[in-house]
Amino acid sequence: MISIQHISKSYKEVQAVHDISLEVQKGELFGLIGPDGAGKTTLMRILMTLLIPDEGHATMGGFDVVKDYKRIRNIVGYMPGRFSLYQDLTVEENLNFFATVFKTTVAENYDLIRDIYIQIEPFKKRLAGKLSGGMKQKLALSCALIHKPEILVLDEPTTGVDAVSRKEFWGMLKKLQEKGITILVSTPYMDEAMLCNRVALMQKGKVLDIDTPHKLVENYTRKLYAIKSKDMHRLILDLREYEKTDSAFAFGQYLHVTGKDDEVEATEFENYLLKKDHYELEVFDIPPTIEDVFMNMMIE
Amino acid sequence: MKQFIGFLRKEFLHIFRDPRTMIIIFGIPVVQLMLFGKVISTDIQNAKIAILDQSHDNTTQRITSKLLSSGYFVLVKEMQVGDDVEEVFRKGIVKMVVNFGPNFEQNLERDGKEDVQLLADASDPNTARILTSYAGGIINDYVKKEKLQNIELPNQIKVEVRMLYNEGLKSVYMFVPGIMAMILMLISAMMTSISISKEKELGTMEVLLASPLKPLQIVLGKVTPYLLLSFINALTIILLGVFVFGVPIKGSFILLMGESFLFILMALSLGILISTVAPNQMVAMFISLLGLMLPTILLSGFIFPIQNMPLPLQIVSNIIPPRWFIVIIRNIMLKGTGIMFIWKETLVLIFMSFTFIALSIKNFKIRLE
Amino acid sequence: MEKKVIEVRNLVKKFGSFVANDHLNFDVYKGEIFGFLGANGAGKTTAMKILCGLSSPTSGEVKVAGFDIYKETEKVKRNIGYMSQKFSLYEDMTISENIRFFSGIYGISPKDRKEKQEELLKDLGLESAKDSLIGSLPLGWKQKLAFSVAIFHDPKIVFLDEPTGGVDPITRRKFWDLIYEASDRGITVFVTTHYMDEAEYCNRVSIMNEGRIEALDTPENLKQQYGVKNMDEVFLKIARNKE
Repeated sequence: MISIQHISKSYKEVQAVHDISLEVQKGELFGLIGPDGAGKTTLMRILMTLLIPDEGHATMGGFDVVKDYKRIRNIVGYMPGRFSLYQDLTVEENLNFFATVFKTTVAENYDLIRDIYIQIEPFKKRLAGKLSGGMKQKLALSCALIHKPEILVLDEPTTGVDAVSRKEFWGMLKKLQEKGITILVSTPYMDEAMLCNRVALMQKGKVLDIDTPHKLVENYTRKLYAIKSKDMHRLILDLREYEKTDSAFAFGQYLHVTGKDDEVEATEFENYLLKKDHYELEVFDIPPTIEDVFMNMMIE
Repeated sequence: MKQFIGFLRKEFLHIFRDPRTMIIIFGIPVVQLMLFGKVISTDIQNAKIAILDQSHDNTTQRITSKLLSSGYFVLVKEMQVGDDVEEVFRKGIVKMVVNFGPNFEQNLERDGKEDVQLLADASDPNTARILTSYAGGIINDYVKKEKLQNIELPNQIKVEVRMLYNEGLKSVYMFVPGIMAMILMLISAMMTSISISKEKELGTMEVLLASPLKPLQIVLGKVTPYLLLSFINALTIILLGVFVFGVPIKGSFILLMGESFLFILMALSLGILISTVAPNQMVAMFISLLGLMLPTILLSGFIFPIQNMPLPLQIVSNIIPPRWFIVIIRNIMLKGTGIMFIWKETLVLIFMSFTFIALSIKNFKIRLE
Repeated sequence: MEKKVIEVRNLVKKFGSFVANDHLNFDVYKGEIFGFLGANGAGKTTAMKILCGLSSPTSGEVKVAGFDIYKETEKVKRNIGYMSQKFSLYEDMTISENIRFFSGIYGISPKDRKEKQEELLKDLGLESAKDSLIGSLPLGWKQKLAFSVAIFHDPKIVFLDEPTGGVDPITRRKFWDLIYEASDRGITVFVTTHYMDEAEYCNRVSIMNEGRIEALDTPENLKQQYGVKNMDEVFLKIARNKE
């Protein structure tokens, strides 16, 4: 459905996107995962025909992003990085506007957006600018769907939104996927990668890897330990001083630690730390999360 | 105190590193001074006049050559008895006609006095006043000098002044057309210039671009509502001018509204063009205000007569749209002329509108960069 | 008994008839890392602005760094630091110029400033970037610099408004290393964030919902109280309860 081949793009001296190639299958929920500056927005704008790449080709639904931009603009729904609807129009008015721009009506495709729109329908006469973050998201999504697009492109739809709204949003995306829409999403939140069919990990304009989240985790070959003690702050300092530690990073309640050459046993860590007077100590091995995978790739 | 100095230092750094601020502080005052200096001159030179000399005797010829050698006047037409004086003014060929009656010298010697009639186009009362007073002054000067030589007292040559189209020399007759042009120009251009820039700034443009809307639809869609609203504005100004200030509408009202419509269309198109190049609202407003208001006030002939300006500025004034519109309105309202006399100016406005719209559509970026 | 650096009693902030902060009551102790959480629109930013002296309460008592927020606002501002995602340092000035400017504001002598600046650059490994414009630096460096400048004058409390938004995972953690160091130095850190794993790093956490504080305790106690395994789930339980 989406084909990207050796796309590159720079602004002034900054290389925003560097030789990126990937394919998204019809009906997939595909994630572009990476921090600010990874090139996610630039790549999406190229796919949305809003920017022209310096090198490379891409097609959306079989149409070339440079030559056939008019046709692409008819079949794709877009939710750009920040709230881009009309703040001085009401919820209803925004939705109607986009329906007419796409030569359809709200009624025609209402069943597609019903689950989403129903949550903001009580506020339909409120000005869009006065909605909360979560509601703005839902409105933007509804407007992007109103013309029954084949492909949905969402640029960081969950950034700056609280954890509850984020979960709800992904729930909505899953339901849309069931209706056969191909979805391309970008996010800086690593945990959201697990909710996608496949992901591309991106950093500084390049793709680090592309695969299903499970395979990415499987391919992580390092031995990873979770370590916890009563004094977490001192724990991390002590571990970093230990010559057998390769990396030690905070991951919420636990530290994720790798040993040099992956040959360090859990007991070795335990002994060292007990000698350092850590108590309520826990050391055990764990499978990696996408974040561990990403950070490992960053270091390499 | 140290805090204050630290803050000062930071401010200077910001200023010197921002090219825009530097232009405002240094560039604009210089430009303004040059413009104002050159434009605001109440002196006249080479004003176009016609002379109707029904006597062709020594005295009239001497007065005529004095007038013409002063440098203030340029003879454009020698009129004959029976010529339509009105037409010469209506066509805008001359600003003043000097009328010597028949048997001028003889009447002067016989009766001891005679009149020279000065007819001036007072649709621009300032210029009319200046021209007649200069001419009057030259003629009286002649009288004085001749008196000292050979004409005996109490021979006098009296100057009779008639102001055409604006007997009362009401400056409002001059202002209302000018203000109308200025207001319509500014408001129309500013409104549309902000419109597209606002969408760019807020980010809503991104979504519009990614939709099937065509640039033509977007541009026309933005112009049309303002067209209707500005038209109402124009109507209001004209009505105020007529009923509150007593400015007449001697010509066709429909023609007046038609030309106003055209002018508004031109101004809106100009606004859209500005909008396609300005990245945000502030820049758009800045360009509209500075780029349009100042030239309109100074160079359009609104207040300062164009012919008094140095030649380069006169040429520049040709590309300032209000200049043409002011001529049109003055003609229709004060002189009562029809389309036959203002077709040239109308064509210019039509041409400008087309150009701006075409450029806007061409400039309108269908992509983000 | 640890010293209180922030004391809030019955803080109310209204905008017209909308109550953004509804009778907030809490204390923050010296050297704590205090997490201030809540959904967007819950009233976090409003409350934080009041604590920083950027906005006045409608009613209630507020003391920050021992000074009354109504009567001694200037003294409050001298004793706190502030860093937000939107603004940190002036992009068109160099690191040195920025430090010089902020030192001037907070009354740090040139001699102290030079010493501290060298130390700061060495700690962050940024000696080579001393004369680079901030705008030319990568985001991760900007973050760290912004934080260091915010605490340059050794304030009693530093307020951080979502400092790690959009930053890569490694830089995020390095940033929290800096927070820990500051806390070790005795600087109290008041931080808001949307990353629930970061909530775990705090000594105590408060969760706001619709203008009120729904929960305030250590992460451990909160997890026990709600019978869940991590802060993410605590947050979900609290937010979902209200719906």
